[in-house]
Amino acid sequence: MADRPANTGSVPDIDPVTLAVLAGRMEQIADEMDATLFRSAFNPIIAEAHDASHGLYDATTGDTLVQGKSGLPIFVGVMAFAVKAVIDKAAGDGDLADGDVFIFNDAHIGGTHLSDMRLVRPYFRDGALFCYLASVGHWHDVGGAVPGNYNPSATDVFQEALVLPPVRLVRAGTLQQDIVDILLRNTRLPQSAQGDLNGQLGALDLGVKRLDALLDDYGADTVSAALAALGNRAEALIRSEIATLPDGRWTAEDFLDNDGIDGAALPIRVALEVRGDRLTLDFAGTAPVARGPVNIARPTAIACCYVAIKHIFPALPANAGVMRPVDIRIPDECLLSAPFPAPTGGYTETILRMIDVVFAAAAQAVPDRIVANAYGTINALSIAGRRADGSPWVMFSFYGGGHGGSSESDGLNHGNAPISTATIPPAEILEAAYPVLFRQWALRPDSAGAGAHRGGLGAVYEIEVLEERAQAFLFGERGRFAPKGIAGGGDAAVNRFVYETGTGWAAPPLVSKMVGIPLMRGQRVRLETPGGGGYGPPNRRTAARVARDVRLGYLSPDQATAFYGAAWQETHE
Amino acid sequence: MTGRMIGVDVGGTFTDIFVLDEATGAARVAKVPTTRPDQSGGVLAGIGRAVDGASGVSTVVHGTTAATNALLERKGARIGLITTEGFRDVLEMRRRDRRRTWGLRGDFDPVVPRDRRLEVPERVLADGTIRQPVDLDAVRAAARTLLEDGCTAVALIFVNAYANPANEAAAVAAVRAVWPNPHVSASSEILPEIREFERTSTTALNAYLQPEVAGYLHRLETALRDGGFGGEFLIVQSNGGVMAVDTACRLPVRTALSGPAAGVIAAGYIAETAGFPNVVTGDVGGTSFDVSLIADGHTALAAQTSIDFGMVVRTPMIEITTIGAGGGSIAWVDKGGLLNIGPQSAGSDPGPVAYGRGNDRPTVTDANVVLGRIDPDRPIGGALDRLDVDAAARAIDAHVGAPLGLDTTVAAEAILRVANARMAGAIRLVSIERGFDPKHFSFMPFGGGGALHAAALIAECGLARAIVPRYPGVTSALGCVIADMRQDFVQTVNARLDSVSETDLGTVIQRHVDAGLALLDASGVRFAARDVMVGFDMAYLGQTHTVAVPVPVAVADGTVTPPTKAAIGAAFDTVYRAAYGRLLDNGVRRVLNLRTGVIGRRPKFDLGTLAPASDAVVADALRGRRRVYMAGAWHDTAIYDRLALPVDAMITGPAILDQPDTTILIEPGTAGRVDRFGNLILEAREASAS
Repeated sequence: MADRPANTGSVPDIDPVTLAVLAGRMEQIADEMDATLFRSAFNPIIAEAHDASHGLYDATTGDTLVQGKSGLPIFVGVMAFAVKAVIDKAAGDGDLADGDVFIFNDAHIGGTHLSDMRLVRPYFRDGALFCYLASVGHWHDVGGAVPGNYNPSATDVFQEALVLPPVRLVRAGTLQQDIVDILLRNTRLPQSAQGDLNGQLGALDLGVKRLDALLDDYGADTVSAALAALGNRAEALIRSEIATLPDGRWTAEDFLDNDGIDGAALPIRVALEVRGDRLTLDFAGTAPVARGPVNIARPTAIACCYVAIKHIFPALPANAGVMRPVDIRIPDECLLSAPFPAPTGGYTETILRMIDVVFAAAAQAVPDRIVANAYGTINALSIAGRRADGSPWVMFSFYGGGHGGSSESDGLNHGNAPISTATIPPAEILEAAYPVLFRQWALRPDSAGAGAHRGGLGAVYEIEVLEERAQAFLFGERGRFAPKGIAGGGDAAVNRFVYETGTGWAAPPLVSKMVGIPLMRGQRVRLETPGGGGYGPPNRRTAARVARDVRLGYLSPDQATAFYGAAWQETHE
Repeated sequence: MTGRMIGVDVGGTFTDIFVLDEATGAARVAKVPTTRPDQSGGVLAGIGRAVDGASGVSTVVHGTTAATNALLERKGARIGLITTEGFRDVLEMRRRDRRRTWGLRGDFDPVVPRDRRLEVPERVLADGTIRQPVDLDAVRAAARTLLEDGCTAVALIFVNAYANPANEAAAVAAVRAVWPNPHVSASSEILPEIREFERTSTTALNAYLQPEVAGYLHRLETALRDGGFGGEFLIVQSNGGVMAVDTACRLPVRTALSGPAAGVIAAGYIAETAGFPNVVTGDVGGTSFDVSLIADGHTALAAQTSIDFGMVVRTPMIEITTIGAGGGSIAWVDKGGLLNIGPQSAGSDPGPVAYGRGNDRPTVTDANVVLGRIDPDRPIGGALDRLDVDAAARAIDAHVGAPLGLDTTVAAEAILRVANARMAGAIRLVSIERGFDPKHFSFMPFGGGGALHAAALIAECGLARAIVPRYPGVTSALGCVIADMRQDFVQTVNARLDSVSETDLGTVIQRHVDAGLALLDASGVRFAARDVMVGFDMAYLGQTHTVAVPVPVAVADGTVTPPTKAAIGAAFDTVYRAAYGRLLDNGVRRVLNLRTGVIGRRPKFDLGTLAPASDAVVADALRGRRRVYMAGAWHDTAIYDRLALPVDAMITGPAILDQPDTTILIEPGTAGRVDRFGNLILEAREASAS
């Protein structure tokens, strides 16, 4: 098959200038593929929230060679598994051809969840396989029990969405309409799906065109050499970063509230070990496979480690070389390596907790280089019902919270989740589209973890229903276990969700997850999201900063005195 | 009234002046150092240098960075904000974003701290229904509280005021009755558009700028008038149009990107006049490379931009993409051994190593100096006597040459190759994002540094040619003289097209046109024509992202004939099909916003007046020769005085054309020709020979 020397050691030398230029050119191919899909996708999850990603991948291993900068952080690292799945499938079939495009969404093979549709295309040069191009995008709806596929009560994948293993969508340049027909019959939003599919195919076409031009300009050997060199340099870069950490072993644990079915807390444990320029993340002791959809597949877990590491060392490239000196150990058949058909729809909550424990462990080694825990839940809250004219409505959104404090500054108030870059829709857009009214859209006082640099504040969203009847669904976390501070900083407030009933306010039995909460006209739900953890001992925060927090209403006087002592009361800022 | 028209553009380092004598067509340029913090000193000094006295001046058009700087440096006024109960934190919560994708560090301080954001009881629903009338006593109490707290401006933003401004308008009237100055900004007046964060941010930033910008413009105008100036004084907006001074004092947020906008307007006009309506402009500044795309003579307008993290300004502005690769961008080798350019920059102060002002890390400019491309004895702008070539070479050796094992020359060329590749990447991405192929576009460098990179960029991107305008260093000042007067209006409609009332649309458009034409009339400016442009932000029901749909609207004697729904629908189909290739079967079309632009076309001057003298000959323009490194070798290179070259002169590379405000590099394999307007048209040699 391929005669390209990828990471095999026998790499021809490449001059450093050509390498630097080629690094930019190849990164740009991936960026242009991102831009093509963002511009052409119908679905706002891709077009506006950029829940998509593109890149170039190794012909034999599937390793990430280059990935676009604008895509969703969690996809950096997980795409390699999607490509490897296709490589294995094609090897089994033995008939890989130029012009093939594979498609699938099976999260147990390719990571994340079933909403993410992956397209993988082999790239041939002079009759030989050179590399793979891939595109992943979050489709609006892929069937299953719940519109949008976020089903907190699912106990297997079949209740979540249609499951598609890697199949040929295009065979040697010919679109297989049968596959398209199956896909479009298995979604509530066929127009949206068709638009996204076309956009992803368009992005792959553009990638092929750009790669052709690049190889025409520089020759396949030079580009091969550059790809290999970039992997080696990414490896050198992370080794030099790890080497700045002290040797040692640090452990951390945290918990998910529950799996949405059973009430028990689920531990996630990590041991982070540094030896010279190598890093090990060992998740032994983590909870077994859950009944409910907070499981993740092993590829997701590995990609999540990459996200955590890149947040610690932001300059690392999106290249598999980064992972060579990192050893990730995940026990078989646990929460982080759940086998088919365990449900994985709520994967976001689990990977957020993985990032939290990695940060908590690393903070013991190098507190100044780590940020305290962010709010740690995406709080997928939907409210649905029928209007007076009988037409159905579903308001579905994720809500924000505080980021952690760091050696540099307090945490950011009301940020987005570390695994995402998506923004929240404005209240006015939601009120215009759905029969709801926001009574409050505000920062949540006393939600930040105390510290020399405190955490950012979480938020309060209070929503009143304006139609006769509706139901609310919540998939959240951090209702029982608070986001943690580091280096002596305090924990943030936990997530709090309540809803109005005929007799007053009530809270879900499972705290952060509930389906089918009945609401009448004029009744409200109230979501109070966690802040971020604090950095450094609270007694190192100046009295003037504490007094300012009180003046601005970030902190109540009682809490100020409880966390920081009474000195602030005597202070003029 | 004819006389001299003056364009003044204030940049970070220099204040540029372009003077056009309307009677003779003669043009003059001048460059003086920008003064800080008050830019008016430099503006007045520049005008003083360019003309003998202000009395014969008919028009002064000013592109200013006063607003931009006040925002970036947080030097605006102490202001307060009054809003709907439950929503005082919108400004601080933003749209739940973060500063950088990777790293999670940093916090955010809004321009109005939380204790000066006050809530009042009132509520309007999304359909415009008033659920709770505004409590005007509470509004007055809030205004008093803010005044007692020392606020000099105030912003009012009520939720859903775009749908029904009644509550907000009543509150604004109550505040204006007690507020001691004109600095009261109302969201429904500034941006009656759905999305409360963007509206809040824009309105708050407007209030934040009002005292500062109004003070600056009044100082400047007073000084001009005291000097005998009796003409029109106009200010450039971010949308590339100009406005009268009193409008600018009321809406200073519309000047947030005024400087670069004027440059793009000028570039478009120059390129189209030269016969090339598709152009990509590139401004190589001290810290950044700014790219803008003009397709078929139309400048792209962006709906909004962020001045800094969380500081969103939503007002139509010339779409400019910026990357951190300018003349002052620092070249460095990372721990993995990869050569990088920027985003760290030495800026213009301390500037490149060759400036000798204390920076010792090599920059893009240092590479150009070491390779002989910039004349070390004649630095641009005249602020320095001489550039330190040896220091630049030492810095390149230490920081790039040694780690990569390259000698000085190769290392310097490597810096330029990587910098050019990054700039080329920005050009490609801007083209792709708007669906164009770079090969149909010309490149127009402006600013001081662009012409050094033009030849490399057209080769790297496959652009058709480069057009170096006659005075690239003062393009923005020239743009001030050219720009039309333009007022933009928006109103959120948010309804299915089939349920929209044509009469209601006509009423809104008429209101916009009345307001726009009144502003044109009040400005006292001569216009060659008046135009109205109407567009709708539209999408299919269920989509949140919209496409901009221009719809022709007839206006006769100021009276609007509203467009029909059929015409709007057909226009949407055309735009949607062009953007996405196909329409949606059974899709329901929705109108989110109505936008009106009211334009007063200012008379254009003949660019031909900028052409070189007819008796010039090429040989007289030759100034000497020096060794310059290009395309992998040192070349004994002819140096020409660019402004002395005659029309139709053809200079083949390698060559360098010098002029006071820029240096043009003609690489081997390319050739430059002077067109009849004095532009230099740079093309690959086989293309230019045909």
